[in-house]
Amino acid sequence: MWYSQNTDAQLQEMLRAIGVRSFAELIRSVPETLQRRTLDVPDGLAEAQVIELGEQLAARNRSVKDVISFLGAGSYHHLIPTVVDAIAARGEWLTPYTPYQAEASQGTLQAIYEFQTMICELMQMEVSNASMYDGASAAAEAAVLSLRATERPRFLVSEAVHPHVRQTMSTYLSDASAMLQVIPTVNGVTDVEALDKALKDDVAGVLLQQPNVFGCLEPMAQAAQRAHRVGGLFVASVYPVSLGLLQPPGAYGADIAVAEGRCLGSPISFGGPGLGLFTTTQALVRRIPGRLAGCTVDQSGRRGFTLTLQTREQHIRREKATSNICTNEGWLALRATIFLSVLGSHGMRELAQLNLEKAHYAQRRLSEIPWIAPAFDQPFFNEFTLQYDEKVNVVRLNRRLAAKGVVGGLPLAQWYPHMPHAALWCVTETMTKDAIDRTVGALKALV
Amino acid sequence: MAEPLIFEQSVPGRRGYLLPPSGVPALAAADAWPDEALRPIPPPLPEVAEFDVVRHYTRLSQLNFSVDTNCYPLGSCTMKYNPKLNERIAAIPGLAYVHPLQPEAHVQGTLQLLYELEQLLCAITGMGAFTLQPAAGAQGELTGLKIIAAYHRRKRHRDRTVILIPDSAHGTNPASAALAGFTVEKLHTGPNGLLDVQELQQKLTRHVAALMLTNPNTLGLFERDIAAITAMLHEQDALVYMDGANMNALLGVARPGEMGVDLLQLNLHKTFSTPHGGGGPGAGPVGVRTSLEEFLPVPRVVKKGRHFAMTARSRATVGRVHGWFGNVGVLIRAYAYIRTLGREGLIRAGETAIINANYLKAKINDAYAIPYDQPCMHEFIASATPLKAHGVTAGDVAKRLLDYGFYAPTVYFPLIVAEALMIEPTETESKETLDRFAEALVRIAKEAAETPDVVKRAPSRMPVERLDEVKAAREPNLRWTAEQHTAVSGG
Repeated sequence: MWYSQNTDAQLQEMLRAIGVRSFAELIRSVPETLQRRTLDVPDGLAEAQVIELGEQLAARNRSVKDVISFLGAGSYHHLIPTVVDAIAARGEWLTPYTPYQAEASQGTLQAIYEFQTMICELMQMEVSNASMYDGASAAAEAAVLSLRATERPRFLVSEAVHPHVRQTMSTYLSDASAMLQVIPTVNGVTDVEALDKALKDDVAGVLLQQPNVFGCLEPMAQAAQRAHRVGGLFVASVYPVSLGLLQPPGAYGADIAVAEGRCLGSPISFGGPGLGLFTTTQALVRRIPGRLAGCTVDQSGRRGFTLTLQTREQHIRREKATSNICTNEGWLALRATIFLSVLGSHGMRELAQLNLEKAHYAQRRLSEIPWIAPAFDQPFFNEFTLQYDEKVNVVRLNRRLAAKGVVGGLPLAQWYPHMPHAALWCVTETMTKDAIDRTVGALKALV
Repeated sequence: MAEPLIFEQSVPGRRGYLLPPSGVPALAAADAWPDEALRPIPPPLPEVAEFDVVRHYTRLSQLNFSVDTNCYPLGSCTMKYNPKLNERIAAIPGLAYVHPLQPEAHVQGTLQLLYELEQLLCAITGMGAFTLQPAAGAQGELTGLKIIAAYHRRKRHRDRTVILIPDSAHGTNPASAALAGFTVEKLHTGPNGLLDVQELQQKLTRHVAALMLTNPNTLGLFERDIAAITAMLHEQDALVYMDGANMNALLGVARPGEMGVDLLQLNLHKTFSTPHGGGGPGAGPVGVRTSLEEFLPVPRVVKKGRHFAMTARSRATVGRVHGWFGNVGVLIRAYAYIRTLGREGLIRAGETAIINANYLKAKINDAYAIPYDQPCMHEFIASATPLKAHGVTAGDVAKRLLDYGFYAPTVYFPLIVAEALMIEPTETESKETLDRFAEALVRIAKEAAETPDVVKRAPSRMPVERLDEVKAAREPNLRWTAEQHTAVSGG
């Protein structure tokens, strides 16, 4: 199957109109030694065959709809209102490009403007861009911005920041003359004393994650205050769903707030595409990476929207641009905008409340099991770390649980080798009480 | 009629979505958390009904041009038809709802798909291995530059600080090079529209880490000296990075592997037709020759017998550029596309893209200047300089095209051509559409001579007239506030 429309006869007619005898003549600028008019690719398939192929591959997976899954760790399964899929599937939303011609792209531009506003409200920050690749690259770009804005060489990141985020930051900063320093934790949260010791006047910024990778709430306000005391920036990496209940970054003085926003209306999709959220203060607006949509007027004074402050971008500043980002995650940003509209203020509050209640119920029930205890004595949102008895092998236990259709908490040893008996459990609004109770029963029966 | 913002439609107390009952004992956040962690009031978001949301975002969608509604000949962006079938495959719950940390036994289907996609991309490009992680072309470039840096570190080339980039390159090339810590040196395009090999020879010092070359280049021309160019670089132990944004033209024509290219990124959303979504998501896998494979980001999918696994081990890796494994939803669409077209379909796509571009060029040849008039690949540059005598610019032509129902070509790029219109029709536009598009362009050239004001004031048939971009930049208004609303309704 192919989607090219022109028939062989039309192609011949077009070649004649061009003034060549054959396609080969048309590509004579490609040296013959390099031409290779074949491909080692299987034959094409009919639509029905491709559907069959897709379904066969899907059948080799077990999705979070087929199992009871307690996995979170940066990728969270949440409800997606039907209206999100229905509207976002429209071709007018799926198939336009970056809105370079504003007059023919008012839908995309107004939706981005609404997205920017909603993300600002959620974060209580002053400026949002039109989105970035994912939460990890947004955090990396936040570090890059901090280093440039302060002209200082050191950036501090808590050990309790998701390791993939730290790895991505480290890749981004690997060739700059910058140093990424990790601050240890104590009892599941960033060690504020260690942070104090590391904070010197060569520190460009500090990044903490809220709630952190162990599920614990961090002392964000204290950390922000300390970063500011030495003239550094404070960067918060947050979980958008928690912000229905949890103090937003703007309230504790974050200079930059980033997030993985895929949880707002897009499926987990094996972790990607993600939706990087990037917000900052008015003071840093001209240094913000990525696209921005702005409100303006047309020749008759009517309101309209356009991409703006493009002089920061690489098609104008080239090697002096604020970042090399040329794309955003427009379609996921649209989905988030629809998601936030349909949930509204109260829906977001209730969503966070449901997550809190169910997670706390699960943590309490799981902790009743004699060989399980909470790993830390810290407040949490919808994710928590449990400490198993030393006799229990976390990986083997999970394998046995999986046989019963339950994906248990994530063994943390793969990221934190000093925690061989700890597992990270996540409970969102998609989990039922019955599934929690059954899991508790299964665990009791296993050991 | 303009569509009000969703915030302006908000009515306190109106609801759009009902969450399921909790089913577990109630718990107040105030009892679970310290006071300072609590948000005192919920985030101020719109309060609207589901139907409000449906009408609002349906209406907004109608204010957009898109591939599904209009011909979108945007140069270098390869806005071909996005098959509906690919959306269907990506939405299969067994593919869309897998968690990236699920046990490998639960995600064999996804891992198999990713593994096969990597093999297919190798076959199409002639490269030895791919990482599927980069989320977009520009992130692929950055990844490639990190690999170049790692290669020279390995070789203890401490002074390889320079990346050579032609003046016609995409803006992301120099931006990526700078972000990766390199210095950029510009190469000039020769009078024939190709890289000036003599200048390259002069600038090829021992400080050069790599050449970043787009092929076919942004003028739509194939760099015919590519084999000699890569040999020159290799002689200095420098690498050749190919920006693969224009790979659509090479399908079934030639493979970068045989050109001596060391590494390249593919923009899957372009060549392999995944929807651009108003700016993303894309996917920018990076392919390398086998000798560079160890530097690729991890994790990668490996096949062990019949089983697929993720491996995170590689001592030389440049690290990780994505929180997980890449934009998998996009990768699924690209995989479906490649399997649908297969060998014959991909070859047909490349051929038709090239014929369509050359046909269109021939049709407008008399009305516009064609600065590099030789057979082009899948796109070409026209120039609106002949219209300048009447005060009409490339930007004006772009706006007037909107009135005729066509999205505009890329304008003012590449920077080396005055009043550039960069046109890429792609293989999925029919001859009939191309005829209409050519006719519109020719008619605009005529209007420029006869009624230039009509062109300069365009567009006149869009939801808004030409927008004040200076005001947008001087007084940035990047978000709505309630005060603005009062001002609007008061005025």
